[in-house]
Amino acid sequence: MTTGSSSNAGPAHKLVEAAIALLIALFGVIVIVGSLKAGINWGAEGPRAGFFPFYIGIFIVVSSAINLWNGLREDNDGLFAEWGQLRQVMSVIIPTAIYVGAMPFTGLYLASIIFIGWFMRWLGKYPWITVVAVALGMPVVTYFIFERWFLVPLPKGPVEEWLGL
Amino acid sequence: MKHTAQTALGAIAALCAVGISVPATAAWEPVRPVEFIVPAGTGGGADQMARTIQGIVTKHNLMKQPLVVINKSGGAGGEGFLDLKTSGGNPHKIIITLSNLFTTPLATGIPFNWKDLTPVAMLALDEFVLWVNADKPYKTAKEYIEAVKAAPSGSMKMGGTGSKQEDQIITVAVEKATGSKFTYIPYKGGGEVAVQLVGNHVDSTVNNPIEAVAQWRGGKVRPLCVFDAQPMAYDEQIADGKSWKDIPTCKSQGLDIEYLMLRGIFMSPRATKDQVEYYVELFKKVRATPEWQDFMKSGAFNTTFLTGADYAKWVEAEEKRHEALMKDAGFLASAGN
Amino acid sequence: MEELVNLFHGFAVALQPFNVMVMLVGIVLGVIIGVLPGLGGANGVAILLPLTFSMPPTSAIIMLSCIYWGALFGGAITSILFNIPGEPWSVATTFDGYPMAQKGKAGEALTAAFTSSFVGALFAVAMITLVAPLVASFALQFGPAEKFAVYFLAFCSFVGLSKEPPFKTIAAMMVGFALAAVGLDSITGQLRLTFGFTELLNGFDFLIAVIGLFGIGEILLTMEEGLAFRGGTAKINLRVVLQTWKELPAYWVTSLRSCVIGCWMGITPAGATPASFMSYGIAKRVAKNGSNFGKGEIEGVVAPETAAHAAGTSALLPMLSLGVPGSPTAAVLLGGLLIWGLQPGPMLFVEQKEFVWGLIASMYLGNIVGLLVVLTCVPIFAAILRVPFSIIAPLILVLCAIGAYSVHSSTFDVMLMLVFGVIGYLLKKCNYPLAPLVLAIVLGDKAEEAFRQSLLGSQGSLGIFFSNTLVSTIMILGLIALFWSVIQQGYTRLRGASA
Repeated sequence: MTTGSSSNAGPAHKLVEAAIALLIALFGVIVIVGSLKAGINWGAEGPRAGFFPFYIGIFIVVSSAINLWNGLREDNDGLFAEWGQLRQVMSVIIPTAIYVGAMPFTGLYLASIIFIGWFMRWLGKYPWITVVAVALGMPVVTYFIFERWFLVPLPKGPVEEWLGL
Repeated sequence: MKHTAQTALGAIAALCAVGISVPATAAWEPVRPVEFIVPAGTGGGADQMARTIQGIVTKHNLMKQPLVVINKSGGAGGEGFLDLKTSGGNPHKIIITLSNLFTTPLATGIPFNWKDLTPVAMLALDEFVLWVNADKPYKTAKEYIEAVKAAPSGSMKMGGTGSKQEDQIITVAVEKATGSKFTYIPYKGGGEVAVQLVGNHVDSTVNNPIEAVAQWRGGKVRPLCVFDAQPMAYDEQIADGKSWKDIPTCKSQGLDIEYLMLRGIFMSPRATKDQVEYYVELFKKVRATPEWQDFMKSGAFNTTFLTGADYAKWVEAEEKRHEALMKDAGFLASAGN
Repeated sequence: MEELVNLFHGFAVALQPFNVMVMLVGIVLGVIIGVLPGLGGANGVAILLPLTFSMPPTSAIIMLSCIYWGALFGGAITSILFNIPGEPWSVATTFDGYPMAQKGKAGEALTAAFTSSFVGALFAVAMITLVAPLVASFALQFGPAEKFAVYFLAFCSFVGLSKEPPFKTIAAMMVGFALAAVGLDSITGQLRLTFGFTELLNGFDFLIAVIGLFGIGEILLTMEEGLAFRGGTAKINLRVVLQTWKELPAYWVTSLRSCVIGCWMGITPAGATPASFMSYGIAKRVAKNGSNFGKGEIEGVVAPETAAHAAGTSALLPMLSLGVPGSPTAAVLLGGLLIWGLQPGPMLFVEQKEFVWGLIASMYLGNIVGLLVVLTCVPIFAAILRVPFSIIAPLILVLCAIGAYSVHSSTFDVMLMLVFGVIGYLLKKCNYPLAPLVLAIVLGDKAEEAFRQSLLGSQGSLGIFFSNTLVSTIMILGLIALFWSVIQQGYTRLRGASA
């Protein structure tokens, strides 16, 4: 499906577009299934819990089908994005996913320090001193604003437990 | 040799005894901020009570650690209960409950029962009053019930907070007792329900006193009867020469229904006796403050205070009652949702 | 006349040194709360409520309402700078505010937003001062059917606006409705679409979706184009304020219309979010350069901000005079009133004159103080855009994570936020409009609830939506808005034929 030379290769726009239309349609199907479970008919008290979601689900499936058809028919040989660009995007998504996934175990503060540090050091190539200052500064400020000032507890892990925070 | 062994054993035993008895004598105290979960939205009755308590605790310095109110209202409060259920052994979490302690698991089927938590204390009970619009001719509950019976089935509208919760349970009970049929319309909050009554969008409500008192004082709504065994205790005049005490019980009006809503405190599972004791003492101190008494008066609360086994017994009886009431009304969750 | 005397007395109360200090503290706290995503006005006020117990009630409500003004002002800041709306009603501000910032006009956008907020609030306060009792009785006429009509109007005035393919708009909007439906169905009290996952009990919170779709999605788009953060050329001196002020009077019609929409929505009480969307939608249709909306048109910032702030302010009126809150924040303030021993409702204006007029006077003063505070900070906010992307991006991501967490104190929500971020990136690349999706998440369940409440009341008859003049008028306005482009085309054709 990919076209063009190797320098600007990447997934075709059409392909991604079709995949997204299919994903949305899948979501619509899930909604329909869930609505059927909740009851879709018009009970004594007006519409039941699944009545609206059911038709919403149908709308989603139908409009996705049309979008899929339009997308495939369209004469668009463009790229969705180049592989290099996607690599850039992934270089944010993957660390963020690790950050978010680690949060329930390590707590927010430790994860944030490492995340900010990683981002600034590897993507920004800042000197260590700046990296450490920002990476430590931000969570400390956050701690005082949220936990001390506004009394909003944020997720904590073993390190905070150990420090008695 | 034997002697030394004995002393050693004795020392160990003594150490053990000390080790065990230390937490018993030197009472437990929170070492971190205590999260006070509210299984309802901001601005509702439970939230108001929790924040009042937080204010009292802060103002009178009743705790060394801060008390932090957190709303977890998702799934009719299920979110808050499940959060507490999964924080077993964390004594820094308490929850304030309302009737959704029983109704939410029964109506939605979420895996939770009050026995998953450790009961601490009942702070108060909230009353329910039958209200109608002041422009309507009904002066007593009897007159109103007669009118409901005379009207075509389902044409009279009862407004209430939430679905398959306390307000609707009372509505179904009234229907059962009188053989009439209301159309129950659920709204998000008690204040909204009261205003819908003032705007004549519903015919009656079973608002808590605090939710409708402002409209009563403004001469917009009229209380007909209270769903309690005896009239409320507050004899200060509120509106048109009447006090809370002057509202007759529904039973005296031929409507034999009693319903009171729990405003109680629970803590996370596997709490030790000392930890429960600490919170019981804390709430005793809270109850002694003038601010708390003012708050009780403003909402015409029933100030019954229960702890320990009495409290657990009360909750258990109440759970059975809710199960029966909700089963009768057909509110139990069907399997598979 | 009596009102004016009372008001002057109120100014005397509000201008006591302690109250002025309280006002300043409140505004600053409010701006901070508004800037931090997730920690919205309602949460912020609720969190700080207990701190005010040791104050006299008048000072306490002045502080809390100033936090509220501050949060209303602050919500616009992140919307314009980073495309992250801190509050639901700031979503519409991102549509033109963020493109302006990208063009290097962040200072102008911020000034326009703050000034319009101020104008909207002032209009609403003046209305509260003059016609409070009248307005309160208008609010009482709004039952479920009328409320549904208002939501319907909000939708209709907004849809049909996007340039994206119609079926993509429909798909996006329906996905929004479906997400809004997840969780507890408030009418039957039954769970739906949760498939047994207790994490889904809550449904999908609007803020999580918006932080992900808009904020994270935008960072991903920026990453794709390299590490440059556009908008670094923003002017960072105070002259930009004066320059923008020169431009603003030209939009007085939009301002006035937005004020009226905002007050109406605040009182009914539908809230600030539908007000801002509706106002933006109508402005886009009516404005001369409507087709440029979404590309960084200053009028597209003026319209939603004015309406949102007018609505946010007038939402306090039904709270004071009826005891029914017009917004979540008003609900918390209402709780505060009760805790201080004041009963909101019809008698408050009679029995607690000093309190009510002190509060109203503080609304005037608080907004003036607020405007001065935020305007002096415009250069500072604009300067944030000069911070290099690889420093600001991780900080924004962390702030977004904190924001997503603090909405429901749940780490699941943080993961959800990232998922929404990836979805937002993909949808935007594939030309799906995000605004209808967000609008549907915000208003979907409310509209459905009002619809079903109405049907319960009418015992299943749809006639209830045309049963009286008020509801019929709003419904017809909605239909006109929905078919506006068709009507407009017909009109031009007619004129063409006759010419």
